[in-house]
Amino acid sequence: MIIMKNVYKKYPNGVVAVNGIDVTISQGEFVYVVGASGAGKSTFIKLMYREEKPTKGTIIVNGLDITKMRSSKIPLLRRNIGVVFQDFKLLPKLTVYENIAFALEVIEESPRVIRKKVLEVLDLVNLKHKARMFPTELSGGEQQRVSIARSIVNSPSVVIADEPTGNLDPETSWGIMQIFEEINTRGTTVIMATHNKEIVNTIKHRVIEIDGGMIVRDEQRGGYNNEN
Amino acid sequence: MKIRTIGRHAKESWKSIFRNGWMTFASISSVTVTLLMVGVFYVILMNLNQAAKSIEEDVKIKVLIDSAADKAMQEQLEAKIKSIPEVDTVTFSSKDHELQQLIKSFGEDGKIFQLYEQENPLYDAFIVTTKVPEDTIKVAEQIEKMDNVYRVNYGKGNVEKLFKIINISRSVGLVLILGLLFTAVFLISNTIKITIVSRRREIEIMRLVGATNGFIRWPFFLEGLWLGMMGAILPIALIITVYKYAYDFLEPKLRGHFIQILDFHPFAYQVGGLLLFLGCLIGIWGSMMSVRKFLNI
Repeated sequence: MIIMKNVYKKYPNGVVAVNGIDVTISQGEFVYVVGASGAGKSTFIKLMYREEKPTKGTIIVNGLDITKMRSSKIPLLRRNIGVVFQDFKLLPKLTVYENIAFALEVIEESPRVIRKKVLEVLDLVNLKHKARMFPTELSGGEQQRVSIARSIVNSPSVVIADEPTGNLDPETSWGIMQIFEEINTRGTTVIMATHNKEIVNTIKHRVIEIDGGMIVRDEQRGGYNNEN
Repeated sequence: MKIRTIGRHAKESWKSIFRNGWMTFASISSVTVTLLMVGVFYVILMNLNQAAKSIEEDVKIKVLIDSAADKAMQEQLEAKIKSIPEVDTVTFSSKDHELQQLIKSFGEDGKIFQLYEQENPLYDAFIVTTKVPEDTIKVAEQIEKMDNVYRVNYGKGNVEKLFKIINISRSVGLVLILGLLFTAVFLISNTIKITIVSRRREIEIMRLVGATNGFIRWPFFLEGLWLGMMGAILPIALIITVYKYAYDFLEPKLRGHFIQILDFHPFAYQVGGLLLFLGCLIGIWGSMMSVRKFLNI
């Protein structure tokens, strides 16, 4: 569960990216975060995994107040939150398998567990047959599937995706959405910032619309725009 | 930390060293050049120090006793000198002894002074040494004011100059060594910074998936350590070899003189150890300085 109470974020250059947000996201929810570019979506998302620290307010993730969290505890928070980006953020010199295993190696999992978990998620994203290939040998959609596999390999309770279909063609985007749906049905909270109108309007979930750093709409099974 | 993890860090650090070939070369070279200079300065400084120490220890005050003073007055004077807290020893040297010394110091030519044996123009003297060489001037000035003292000789002016030169060369050497070390730290930190920039994405992903700062830092820590160690090899080998030759050449020539070159063993090995330690230190320090920036959360 994620709770934000009266959260503000002002950057050192004076820009107020989040301007008094109150929101609660329950465990197992699927939430779209929509809004124009520069509306504050990315900052809103970054606040959840402490990539940004709020100027004011409280953020509670799985019962822990992450605004008061000591820096040394942040890695532990991140192990429970998977993050997916528009640009995939894969390491080009590592194979598909190694890219996913990397997430478990750095938290010092045993090789046996790493192997088991990596093969499991590769199966989920349907890329077992490409495990030995390098990211540059894959299509954009496949790279994003690797990135998703890496975000969930540690079985986090929340997956946060910042425009995961932003670089992909519509058909590939549907494939990516299927994977997110699958992850969500297993009980993982999915929070996705997106500009993809079609997806939001077709696969209905809760929609949070942000404008000027504030939540202007929070609708269960809403559409991309107010009128949908 | 698990042994497997240590192995991983070591592997990663070596991978980075080979992957950033030229940068590695630049880092090692900067450590090598710095340590070589530090080593040379250190060897010179330590030997200078040794020479200064022997000169310092040789500084004595000669108190010439007024010829009018009788035995009782001399004893009184001796007691007075001994009462100065900075004084270490007071030895009496009769004027005959002084003359013999003079004759001896001139070797063959000293024979002409034998004429004076009939009527010795020299003075009885006290040879005074101080506990700390730097107190020589102060003590000499005190004795000068006492009764029955004809004159006090301590190489006035020369002693002051000598102490000044010794102190200046010590300070200059130390400042130079420290300056060189700092330069090396900045050079190595800049070089490693460039290798880190190329691994920025890796660090970013490591942080995202929950690697601790310690975990991220380790490979860079080791990389700095290896770079520092490798940079130290050449200076250590060179300094030990050159010192060995210098020692073999100079030691027989200086034998019997009060100035001595420091013994090859253990001095050369101590310098080697020191350079290795400094190499590791600047390597680690440099890499930690540059990695810190990327770990700010």
